[in-house]
Amino acid sequence: MRIKTRRNAPFWLIAALPILSIGVAFIIGAFFILWAGESPINAYIALIKGSLGSTFAITESLSRATPLIFTGLAAAVAFRAKFWNIGAEGQLYCGAMAATLVGTGMIDLPAPIMIPMLFIAGAIAGCLILLVPVILKTHMKVDEVVTTLLLNFVILLFVNMLLEGPWKDPMAMGWPQAARIIDNGVLPTIVAKSRLHLGIIVALLMSVLMWAIIRFTVWGYEIRAVGHNQQASTFYGISINKSVLMVALFSGGLAGMAGVSEVAGLKGYLTLTLSPGFGYTGIAVAMLAQLHPIGVVISAIFLASIYVGADAMSRTIDIPNYIADILVAISLLSVLVGAMLTRYRIVWGK
Amino acid sequence: MMELFEMMLTTGLWASVIRIATPLIFATLGELICERAGVLNLGIEGIMTIGAMAGWIWVYQGGDLWGGIVFAAIVGMIFGFLHSLLVVYLGVSQHVSGIGITLLASSISYYAYTLLIPFSTTPPKIVPFSVFEIPILSSIPVIGQALFHQSALTYLSYILVGVTFFVLHKMPIGLTIRMAGENPVANEAQGINVLLIRTGAVMAGSALMAIGGAFLTMSAFDAFYFGMINGRGWICVALVIFASWKPGKAFLGAILFALFEALQIRAQLIGADVIPYQIFSMMPYFLSILAMMLVARKATYPKALLIPFRQGDRI
Repeated sequence: MRIKTRRNAPFWLIAALPILSIGVAFIIGAFFILWAGESPINAYIALIKGSLGSTFAITESLSRATPLIFTGLAAAVAFRAKFWNIGAEGQLYCGAMAATLVGTGMIDLPAPIMIPMLFIAGAIAGCLILLVPVILKTHMKVDEVVTTLLLNFVILLFVNMLLEGPWKDPMAMGWPQAARIIDNGVLPTIVAKSRLHLGIIVALLMSVLMWAIIRFTVWGYEIRAVGHNQQASTFYGISINKSVLMVALFSGGLAGMAGVSEVAGLKGYLTLTLSPGFGYTGIAVAMLAQLHPIGVVISAIFLASIYVGADAMSRTIDIPNYIADILVAISLLSVLVGAMLTRYRIVWGK
Repeated sequence: MMELFEMMLTTGLWASVIRIATPLIFATLGELICERAGVLNLGIEGIMTIGAMAGWIWVYQGGDLWGGIVFAAIVGMIFGFLHSLLVVYLGVSQHVSGIGITLLASSISYYAYTLLIPFSTTPPKIVPFSVFEIPILSSIPVIGQALFHQSALTYLSYILVGVTFFVLHKMPIGLTIRMAGENPVANEAQGINVLLIRTGAVMAGSALMAIGGAFLTMSAFDAFYFGMINGRGWICVALVIFASWKPGKAFLGAILFALFEALQIRAQLIGADVIPYQIFSMMPYFLSILAMMLVARKATYPKALLIPFRQGDRI
C-alpha cells in the first residue's frame, strides 16, 4: 500500500466531506445504540426531533452552538499556524472569570458599553493565560500541547477555589457559584421565550472577522505561511515567534469570549459546570470545518444539534447522552481520514 | 523543615509514593515506546480511561483480576491500532488524531459504564488486587516496606521498566523501533516495514497505558469514577520529555513526581486552614510544566517524531 499525492481534489468532495463524516459517525454510532438495546432509527428520529423539531429545539441548538463557534474559531486559527492550542477549555474559564470580575458590580455602565467591555475583558483574559505557553514555546522551546492541556486543570482548580472561597455567592443556598452578572451586562435574548442570546451574533461577527483577517491581511497571510512551511516562511522574512504570538492572541481571545458569552448570556453566573468540554469539542468543530472560519459556524451548529438532540433523546429513550460525544469523536476521526483522502490517494500494491 | 525531613523517612509516605507512581510508570513507558517509534500518542488520556473502565467492568461482571488486566490491555491495543491506522498508514496529524482518540475512548468508557452499571449514588465496588509482600526484600528498612509491600501490578511495573530498557536498547528489535523514530528511511533500506514496526510499537504502548489506567480502578481504588484519570495521561506525556525518552529515567521521573504528589496531599491536610486545598492540587500540573522547562532546551526529540513516513520516501 502506498499513498500518492492527488493533484486537484474536486470542490464538491471537499464540501461534502464534513457531511460524509457525520454520516459515517451516525452509522458507527448505530452499533452503540443497538448495544443499548434500542432501535437506531427510532433513536435518530428522536435525536433529530429533539434538535430541529420545534422552534424551541432550534433555538436550543443555536444557543449550544454559540460557545462552539468561539472555541471552534480558536482552534481553527491556531491550527492553521500549526500552533496546537488544546487549552481552549481553560481559556474559556479565564474569559468567564474576567466577565465575572468586571460584570458583577465592579462597574455599572449602560448596556451598549458594558457588554462590549465584558467581551474585551474576557478576550484579554484568554490571551493572557495563553501567553504563558506561548512564551514557554518561543523562548524555552517547551511543547505547547502539554502546557496548554495541563493549564486547563490548573485553571479549573483556580475557578473551584474562587467559587468555594471569595467569589462564593452567599445568596446561592450553598451552591458553589459566583454572583450574577448585573442587568446591564446580561446579553439580551434575541428570540422570545428562548435562551438564544446576543452571543451568537457576536460569534457570527467574529467568524466573518477572522475569515477576513486570514483571507485579506498580511497577518493572515503570515499565519497561513507559517502553518504551511516554517522554513520557507523564515527565509521569506516572517518572524515565526511573532506569528505564533499573533495566532495565540487571536486564539486565546476567541476562547475567552466563549466564556463571556456563556456567563453573561446563557447562565448569568459562573459555575464549575459552565462548560461541558466546549474547548475540546471546539477542536472537532474546527477540523470538520477544515479550519475555515465560515465553515466553523456550520459545523458548530451541526455538532451542537447532535448534543441537544442527544440530550432530548436520552430523556425519552434509554440511551446515555454520552452517545453525542461518541458521535462527535467519530466524526472528528472520520473527517481526518476524509481530508487525507481528498489530498492523497491510496495505491494498492507496489 | 525538620518535620518534612522526618516525614521523608516514614514508610507510609514512600508506600503511597509507589502507589501513586505505578500508573504513571505504566503509562509513561507506554508513551515512551510510541514516541521512540516516531508516533506521539495523545490518545493516552482516553486510553487510560477506557483501560480503567474495561478492567474494572471485567471484574465487576465476575471475571478474575488478571483477566481484567488482559482485557484492559486488549482494549488499549484496539485504540492504539486505530491511532496507528490514522497516523501511521494515512499520515494524518498526530496531534489531532490523538485528541480524537482521547475523546472517543473516554466517551465510550462513560457510555458503557452508564449503560452497564445501574445508576446509584455510591459507585459499586470490586475486590481489588491485594497486597503481596515479597519476603526478604520487604524487610529492608523504610524502602523495603514501601517498594515490596505492594500489589502484584506494582511489581509488574518494575519488571516492565527493565523489560522496556532491555528490549529497546539491547535487542535488535529495539534498534529497529528506535530507528523508526529517528531515521525510517534507513529502516526501509534494510527491508524493514516501517509502518508495521510503528503500528506494533503504538499498540504495545497503548496496552501499557490501558494497564496504567486499570491499576487505578483495580488496585489503587476499587471503583470507577467519571474523570478519574484527571490529566494523568498528559502528565505522562510531560514525563516522557523529562525522562529524555529513557525507560530508567522515566521510572525515576515517575517516582519523583509521585513524591511531590504525596507530599502535596499531606500538605493539604496540614495546611487546609491557611491555604485553600486547590493550591496544593495545582502543584502536580505546575510541576510537570516546570519539569519540561528544565529539560526543554536540551531535549533531543526522536528526529522522525510527528513526521509521517510513506513507503518509497527518500529523506
